[in-house]
Formats: sequence, C-alpha cells, structure tokens
Amino acid sequence: MGKIVFKDISFSYGKNTILKNFNLEVEDGQILCLVGPSGCGKTTLVRCLLGLNKPDTGEIWVGDTCLFSADKRINVPVERRNIGIVFQDYAVWPHMTVAENVLYPLKKRRVPKDEAFKRAHHALEQVKMVEYANHLPSQLSGGQQQRVAIARALVGDGEVIVMDEPITNLDAKLREQMLLEIREIQRNLGTTIFYITHDQQSALQLCDKMAIMEQDGTLCQLGTDEDIILRPANRFTFEFIGVSNFIPVVAHNGGLGLDVGDGVVPWEGELPAGLDPDAGVELGVRPNDIVFDPESPIKVKVDRCTFLGSEYDYRVTLGTRELRVQQSALDAMQRGTVKAGETTGVRLVNPRYYPAKKEAQSA
Amino acid sequence: MDQVVLRNVTKRFTTKTLGDIVAVDNFNLSVHEGECFSFLGPSGCGKSTTLRMIAGFEDLSEGEIELCGRPVSVKSKNLYVPPEERGLGMVFQAFAVWPHMNVFENVAFPLRIQGMNNTDVNKKVAEALKHTSLTGLEKVYPGDLSGGQQQRIALARAIVTQPKVMLLDEPLSNLDPKLRESMRFEIKELQAKFNFTIIFVTHDQSEAMAISDRMMVCDMGKIMQIDTPENLYNKPVNRFVHSFLGESTFLNVSVRDGKVFADGDAEQALNLAIPPEAADRMVVATRPNAIELTGGDDGYVTHVAKRIFLTDRTEYLIPVGGQTLKVQTPHRVRFSEGEKCCVKLVSPMWYPAEDEAAERERARRQTI
Amino acid sequence: MSIGFGKQKDLAALEGRHVSLDGALTILSFVLLLIIVVIPVFMIVYHAFFYQGHFNPELFKTQLLDPKNLGAMWNTVKIAFFVTVFGTIMGVFYAWLLGRSDIPAKGLMRALFSIPYMFPPFLGAMAWKLLLGGRAGYLNKWLWATFGFRMNINSVWGIVFVEISYYFPFVFMQVVSALERMDPTLEECARIAGAKQMTVIRKITLPLVLPAISAGALLILITSLAHFGVPSILGFSQGIFTLPTRIFDAIQSAEGSFEGIRQGAALSIMLVVVVSLALIVQKHVLSSGSYDIIKGKSMRPTLIKLRASKLPLLVLSILTLLLIVVVPLVMIFLVALVNGYGNALIPSNFTLNNYISVFKAAGTFDSIKNSMFASVVAGVVCMSLGTLIAYVVQKIRPKGKGLLEILSVLPYSIPGTVLAVGVILAWSGSLGVSLYNTIWIIIVAYLARYLSFSMKSSSAALLQVHSSLEEAARTCGASHTESLKDITLPLIRPAMVAGFFLIFLPAMREVTTSILLYGPFTRTLGVQIYAMQDAGSMSEAAALGSVAIVLIFICDTIVKYITKDRKGV
Repeated sequence: MGKIVFKDISFSYGKNTILKNFNLEVEDGQILCLVGPSGCGKTTLVRCLLGLNKPDTGEIWVGDTCLFSADKRINVPVERRNIGIVFQDYAVWPHMTVAENVLYPLKKRRVPKDEAFKRAHHALEQVKMVEYANHLPSQLSGGQQQRVAIARALVGDGEVIVMDEPITNLDAKLREQMLLEIREIQRNLGTTIFYITHDQQSALQLCDKMAIMEQDGTLCQLGTDEDIILRPANRFTFEFIGVSNFIPVVAHNGGLGLDVGDGVVPWEGELPAGLDPDAGVELGVRPNDIVFDPESPIKVKVDRCTFLGSEYDYRVTLGTRELRVQQSALDAMQRGTVKAGETTGVRLVNPRYYPAKKEAQSA
Repeated sequence: MDQVVLRNVTKRFTTKTLGDIVAVDNFNLSVHEGECFSFLGPSGCGKSTTLRMIAGFEDLSEGEIELCGRPVSVKSKNLYVPPEERGLGMVFQAFAVWPHMNVFENVAFPLRIQGMNNTDVNKKVAEALKHTSLTGLEKVYPGDLSGGQQQRIALARAIVTQPKVMLLDEPLSNLDPKLRESMRFEIKELQAKFNFTIIFVTHDQSEAMAISDRMMVCDMGKIMQIDTPENLYNKPVNRFVHSFLGESTFLNVSVRDGKVFADGDAEQALNLAIPPEAADRMVVATRPNAIELTGGDDGYVTHVAKRIFLTDRTEYLIPVGGQTLKVQTPHRVRFSEGEKCCVKLVSPMWYPAEDEAAERERARRQTI
Repeated sequence: MSIGFGKQKDLAALEGRHVSLDGALTILSFVLLLIIVVIPVFMIVYHAFFYQGHFNPELFKTQLLDPKNLGAMWNTVKIAFFVTVFGTIMGVFYAWLLGRSDIPAKGLMRALFSIPYMFPPFLGAMAWKLLLGGRAGYLNKWLWATFGFRMNINSVWGIVFVEISYYFPFVFMQVVSALERMDPTLEECARIAGAKQMTVIRKITLPLVLPAISAGALLILITSLAHFGVPSILGFSQGIFTLPTRIFDAIQSAEGSFEGIRQGAALSIMLVVVVSLALIVQKHVLSSGSYDIIKGKSMRPTLIKLRASKLPLLVLSILTLLLIVVVPLVMIFLVALVNGYGNALIPSNFTLNNYISVFKAAGTFDSIKNSMFASVVAGVVCMSLGTLIAYVVQKIRPKGKGLLEILSVLPYSIPGTVLAVGVILAWSGSLGVSLYNTIWIIIVAYLARYLSFSMKSSSAALLQVHSSLEEAARTCGASHTESLKDITLPLIRPAMVAGFFLIFLPAMREVTTSILLYGPFTRTLGVQIYAMQDAGSMSEAAALGSVAIVLIFICDTIVKYITKDRKGV
C-alpha cells in the first residue's frame, strides 16, 4: 500500500533546527496537502522522504517498507525508493524528448521494452501529451512541461507521488486547470499524493486532507478542508488561512467587552473553557463575517471602500482599531454599500476566541 | 477639458512571421481631467502599444492624439511631437530607475533638464520625496533599495514636474501582493492631492477595478467596452468582457413559451425575466457570488453536487439541467454535498448563443 | 530550493562508497593544478631570487636596473596605454554605431569585426611591414613617389596601430552586447523626463555601459602588455623592445644557457608586476561593478536616426574597417603570389613558386603537423581538466574549492611568455623530468595558458544544470554515476565542445608561447612563419602565412557550423 509514515523526524542544518520530532501520516490513496509558509521545513521533509537529505532521528515508512530508520541504521538510497516526484521547476531534461523523459525511470528499472512503451504511453495519455511524444521540452510551454513531469512521476509503479509546488510557476488560469487534472489522474490511478505548497487556495481545492505546518517546523493541524476552515484548531491555523481580524476581549461589567482602543463595547458572547480574559484573550473574526447592520450597537466608521468585483473591500475603524470587512457582491446588490466617511453598525458573526499573542500587538 | 483624446487611432505592424497585424484598431476615447483611466486586457490586446503611442515612442498608422487640447500625433499631417516635448510623467513596469544615480539625482533629473536652478530643484525634489515617503534616502543608490522603494523613486520622478498627465505601464506587476495594495492606495492619494490625470495599463482586472474611475477593456486590438468598473462588472457588453472581469458562470438556455429552460432540463423553468430581444437560444451569464443559494423553493430546485472550501468563501458546484452552475458564498452559508437547495440568479446578463466554431475557438484558446 | 551545502554533504554522507569517488576527483584536481600551474610559477619566483639554494637578489637587481630592460618596461606600458585608450574609443564608437543607430550594412560590419578575432596579430604586423616597412614597403614606395614621404611602421606608433586594429573588437563585443541587452525603458524614461537624444546618450547610456567598456578595456590592456608577436616583428630591427620581446631576446642571446633563462625569470617577474599594477590602476580609474540593466520584456530599443550624418559615417566606418582588417590580409596573399618581394603586384608577376618552395622547405609540413597535434591534445586535455575542476568546484564543493578556482584562473593574467619561461624552468630536468625540445613542453605550456578558458566555459554550463535535474534522475532510479552520465554530461557537452574549439583555434595560430619552447623538430606553424620572415624570406613567409589564413578560416567555419543549433541547456 502507499501509506506514508513520518515518525519523530528531526533535521538540523548547522545551528538551525528545521524539523523536530515531526510526525505525520498520509493515508493510502489520498491526496494530502502539506501547507506552510516559506522556510517552514516542508521542502526539507520532502527531501528526507526522497532520500536526498538524511534526518537525524526517526523513521520513514512507505507501505510496508522502511525507507529510513535512525536507530536501525536503515537508509535506502535515493534510486531505490521508487517515489515519483514533480519539482517546482519541472526538472524535465532538455536534451531528451518527451517520450525519452517518461521512459527514463522504466529504463533505469530495467523494464522490458514492450512493457515500458505501453506504460509510457498510458502515462502520457493521463496527462494528454501523447501527440507531443517526440517533441523536445524547449518546444513546449510551461504547462506542457509540467504535464511531462507528472507523466514521468506516474510511470513508475510507485505507490507514492510527491509534488513540490508543481503549479506555482504557471499562470492563474492554467493553475486551475492543472489542479482539476491532477485530481482526475489521482482518481483514476488511486496513487497516494503528497502535495507541498504555500498556496492555501490550491491546497483547499485539491486535498482530501490538509496538514498545516508552522514556521518553526511543527505540525499545527491535520484535517479535511472543512475541519481547517470551519474548525481551525488554533490561532496559527486561523490566521494562516485567509485574512483575519483580532479584537482584544476583556472582562466588563460582569460579562465581556471588546477593547476597542478608546473604550470598551459590551459583548455578548461566551468564552470557551480554558480562556481567561485576564490572561489575554482575543476575538478573531473573518472579514466576510463582519456584516453591516445599522441596528447593531457596535459602531464603526468606514475609511475606505474599494470595489474589487466579486466583493467590496472595506477598511473600517472600530474605536481606534482598524478592521477589514468584506461585503459580497450579492449582499451589496441587495442591501447597498456603505460609503467612505459614513458610520454604521456591524455584527460579528462566527467569532472565535484565542489567547492573545505574547509579542507586541499589531494595530 | 479632456486631457487625453484619441481619434481613430490605428497601428499596424508588419511582422516576419504573421504578416500584417493590426495591433490597435480604430481606438476612440477621451480621458477626463483628474480621472484614473485604465487600459485593461490580455497580452497582445493593444494596450501597451496604445500607451506608447500616447507617450510618443511609436508613431501612428492612422488617426490623431491630443494631449490637453494640443495635437501631439497627427498622421494625416505627419505631425509628431517627440516624447521629451510632451510634458508627461511615466512609470514603467520594471521601474527604470537609473542605477548609476542616487535617489536625489534620479528625481532631480527632469528638473535639471529644464535648467532649473539648484534652490528650486532642492525644494521640488524634497517635496516629491515627501509625498512618496522617501525622505532621508536622498544619497542612497537604487541598487540598495527594495522593489517597493524603487517604484516610489520612479513615482517621485514622474510627479516632480507636476505633469498634467501620468502614464503608468503595469507599474505594480513586479511587486509582491501586499505591496501592490499599499502602492495602489498611495497612487490614488497622490492623484487626489494633485489632480493628475492617470492612464493605467494592466492585465490584472482586480487591480484595474480597484484603482480606476473608468476603464477600457480591449482584446486583439479592439475596444470591447469603456465604462466605470461597476458597470463593466455588472453589465458587461459581451461574453469576453464578462469572463475577463472576475469569475463567470454561464448557462446555455432556450426560450420557449415565455419561459426559460436550461439545456438539459426541459421541465423545470428558471425563474428569470426574459429580455425583449431574446432569441430562441441564448447564454445566461452571472457571477458565482451573485447567486442566491437557499433551502426553500423560491427558485430553481436542485441539489449540491460538490462543495469545495476556499480560503474566504465556499464554492458549490450545482447541476442545472445538464450543466454545472458555480456558486460562491461566505462560509456561514452551509450546505452539504447531496443536500437539496434552491438557486436564484440575481440580475444575470443575456448574450447571444455562440455557434460551434466560436465555441471551439474559445476552447482552443483556453487549453494551453 | 535546496540547501546547497547541506545537500551535498548529505548525499556524500549517505553514499559511503561514493565519498571516495568525489574525494578522488578533488584530489586529482589539486594534483593536476599543482603540476600545471603551481610548479612553473613557483620556479620562476624561485630562480629569479634564489641561486643554488640561497637567496640572492643580485640578478634581479641587475636586471631591474639595466637601462635596456627599463626601456623595454617603459615601452610595454606606453604601448599598452595607447592601445587601450584608442582601442576603447574605437570599440565604443563602433558599438554605438551598430547597437544604437540606424546605420545600414550592420551585418557586413559585424562580419568584418569577426576577422581580427580569427587571425593572430603577428600576421597583421607582417602584412603592415610589407606595406610600410622602410623603403621596400609597397605602400611606402607609392607614397614616396606620389607625395614625397614615407611612413615608418617599425616604430612604437606602428606597433600601437597594428595592435589597436586587432584588439578594439574586445571592447566592441562587450559594449555592443551591453547595449543590445540594456533595458530600453531606462532611456525612454529619460526622454519622457525631457532629455533630448544626445543628453540621453551622455547622461544615461554611456554611464550604464561603463562596466562593459571597462571590462573590454581591461582585456585589451592585459593582452597588449603580454603580447609578443607585433612588437617583435616591428620592433626588433629598430632595437625597440617590450618586456615580452626582451625576455625572448635575453634567452635567445644566451643561446639557451641557464644564465639566460634566469634572466628571463627575473624579467618575467618584472612583467607580472607591471601587469598587476596596471590591473590595480585600471580598477581605480574605471570603477567596475555591474549594473543590473538586462531587460525583461523583449522590446526593441529605439534606434537613433542618423539622418544627414548617415552616409558619411557609413563610408568612414566601412573604409576604416577595410583598411585595418581586409587590406593586411589581402597584402599577404599578394606578396605570396608575387615572384619576388619588391616586384610590382601585378598579375603578370604572379607565380606559385613561393608556395612550392615553402612546402619543400624543411619543417613546413612538420610545423603544421606539430601545431595540429599540440592544439588538439591541449584542447582535449584542457577541456576535460577544465570540466573536472568546474565540476569539483561547483558540485562537490570541498574545502579549499576557493583555492582550486584561483589556481585555475590564475594563468589567465600571466603573460604567455612568462608561462613559457616557467615551464622551461620546471620541466627541463631540474625536477627530474625533461620535456625540453619535445612537443610536450609546448603542450604543457598550452595547458597552463588555456585552462582558464575551458574552466570558465564549463563552469557557466554547469551552472545551468540545476541540481533538480540530477535529483530527478536519482529519484527515477539512477545512481550518482548514472545521473552524471545520463544527465549532466550530455547537457554540458555542447559547452565542452565549444570549450575545445576555444582552445584549439588560438593554440593553432599562436606564436608567443612556442617561440620560447620550440626545438629543432618541434616548430609550430606560428614559429615557422615567424622564422621565415625573421630570416628575410618575405615571400615565403607570406606564402605560409596565407596558407595559415586559409587553414584558420576553414577551421573557424567548421567550428561555427558544428557549434550552432545544439540541443541542450
């Protein structure tokens, strides 16, 4: 089976600890997207999986095979790990034709010629590049080269394919298209795909499960896209995905209030267990969960209103705090927009509560 | 007075590979004073060529261009005012900041060319630097500054002579997204302060819509539509403009017995007002987030086929007849896959149905 | 994308058995560089200052103060200075003309510019001597008869003139390339700001190509300082010496005695000091540092319309080019064909006798054979060695890679004459190996001289082979060695082939190095031609010279054909 297990993986380079006791499981036949900011260690993890880097501790398993174990001194060389990889810069060999590129892994594994041709042809069919078999990469566009890289990764009989930012270098429309195609290919073949990216949007569209990694190399949350969006496990996940606003929550007149900088506005809400306003609590709310409602006692002044097409983007001031508000086009059509300079009320829908950040607060 | 006027401007190129191409086909437009006017379109649409003709770097094949009431390029009279005499300000995509001069000298250059004395130069440069938040960096060389700062140098240099008209050629494309947004605000603020007329060229539709008072959408050398961003977005004149500005979702429909039926569903009608000149077969276009998704029966009743969570919205793929409607809502609107739902299109646009050849051409252009 | 150092270390650590492969390559590189570069250089320094094991600067002092040597040093500097200044001006002028104006016949002019690159300057010196050498010079005879004066090419200014005509393309190439790659919006911006054409050139274009001008000027400077051919042909008869020709003179007059070679060593040190000083001065005068001015979008730069001055400039440019590039070559052929030097250059005097006697002469065929052999061997070895070192430096990255880099490009700034002296000192028996009077001593000198060329070109090629290309092969099942064989090597092969010719062509036609190293049976083509004209057999020298020209031209054309349109990075 193509289940990937990372167990207690640590990796340091010089004085920098990049990964520390990292654990992650990618289930068989699944697309798991590993998302995190640049430099958080995702690429290092991939290189450990491929055998290009050697971890300091831990174990790596694919299916029933142990690829690496620090304790047992197992370290399968790169060329024997049988993991397909699609790199960010495609790494398609310019001196070989498309067909030769795709046949190479089969040649290295000494697959007999007839079978090799059949499998290469099948892989090229999957990526719709059969008619380009005799072209050189220099004659292909970026999107086509990426497809060749994918075919080359598919053609081995490996159970696992790793994709490291494969579509980042393509333009927006092509990215959408490639995501759909990758999904379809995976569905047809049932391969496990381990997909690394910093682009949350693509990850959300593609994944069965998503894993979020923090800057310091720790795993923040692992779940379906629904889990990540609707039930972010902690503040990092909430902040990392999309845009967020934060307002400090304080105890006020026996209940709760929002510290708006130059005063406190009463707030009806309940903190989840474990959060104490005296220890520092903040309310997090998404820009499109702030809804204009003239009746609401929470008043804001609109500084800027920018039409972005599918929504209106507002900068408003609550007390002295600046918030971002997003109003969908539908809402704007039905209930009108608010002009810059006006004051109106807002309702905060779906608020979440998190411990306040220990470092200096941003305005 | 209109600051920039184009009359019947056409530009033809003779290329080795494609023969004669018409890069700009009979452009007519007027930009009002103090307006921020965008040229928007995909690459090859003619926007950059038009800008270069206004700047004076290309001559015209036909037509005339006037700046602040003064003709600067008139083909019929062979009149051509060189760029250095047009009194414009310009900012380029790659900043074009001179690396061998420090910030002060870069910004002072246009004034020195005019022969201004040192005291006035110092004063005007200081002012320009203040408005672009570059005070204190006078002696620094551009190579030591970030992209955003270099772009500000270019901006300061463009405004220091207080030109009436400023040309911005994709000035923000080389900046990262956060910086793009803040630079956009800064440009708008400068415009409000000094009442510049700005022509802004871009291929990024959201940027154009955010910054413009009016914009022009062009494709393959032809102007598609000129209007305010809201009007272009809400009432695009054709299918190209509709899909170029933001996301679109299209339905092929037939009009029968005063009712609208989506292809693939001959029974349940779509509850839409039929425009007077509608033919039998039309295309209904709408925006994914301009569709109401409810649980009731007041609309077209169907179910949710697929649900995808995106960072700031949820996307639903909803079968309508044999076609798929893309609907986007805030996360708090929640439907599960398979759940029954009801869709209502709010103010859709109607376009003539395309024939097979056009469909194929569109499909061909999309596969890259 | 990858963490360079760590990755390499890891890969090495992972494959225990491969540490030795990379290690062996590294050690091999160091050893070879030691033999080829370090030892000759060391021997020069040693023999200039040490005698029989003891420090003895007497010889060096004597040489330094000898007026003949001081005069040679002064000439070297004077000539190099003027050649650099005027060559740069000329190069910039033509670069601007072809890169920025709308002058016609650009293709023709570019083709003419490539000619000086192809042919060794000493052939040009020979040709000009035929034209303006004293009373017998053909052009001088005509000038005397028509205008009543003669010109003397056998002078410092004569040397300057010929060198300029061969070196100005260095600046031209650099500057025209910079102009063509420069972002046109930098100039357009200036025009929008109100600057007229000339102001734009003055304030924007010129300052921005200054680094390119500086690089080209530097190349002219060091080439001229180290040059042997032209000063020797035009200067010897008048007792005009430069340091390289003085070194040759000292060694020759001493008839191969050790004393003479020691003198040569001392003079070599002087020459190297002069070159180093020149480099330092140049760095201060023309501050280097490159500006990032390469354009992204491909836009044609606006060409400046010449209008009224177009025709005069065109005529001037073409005539000048014809004069300095074509006329000398034609002269050589004419003199080769004429039945006696000094006779009128009319068809009735043409004969092939000179060719026949040249080929009958002892040593001609051998010299061609020797040159081919030495150049091919040097080309192949240098190409392999340069690639090896480039690979070790870039991909293996051992400790001391900086030293490897320095050692491999060091010989570039050492004059060919000096390298020859060093090679003599190293490999004439004092270290147990004697290659003197064999073709191998010439080859070893060529290796030292040309190694940096192939190292630079292989380096550039390797840089283009991104590590992800090799890693992709590894993940497809290729071992380290297989990925080198299947991926890296094929991708750098075009650069290696180009690197081979980069060495083969100059080696074929050079004289500076082999003039000091040739033995009775190991003359090179250049030496043979030189010897003939030195002995006064002008017609035969011209005949062999014309054969050399044809040979060089054919080789060059073959190379151009082979190296264009290669698939690869």
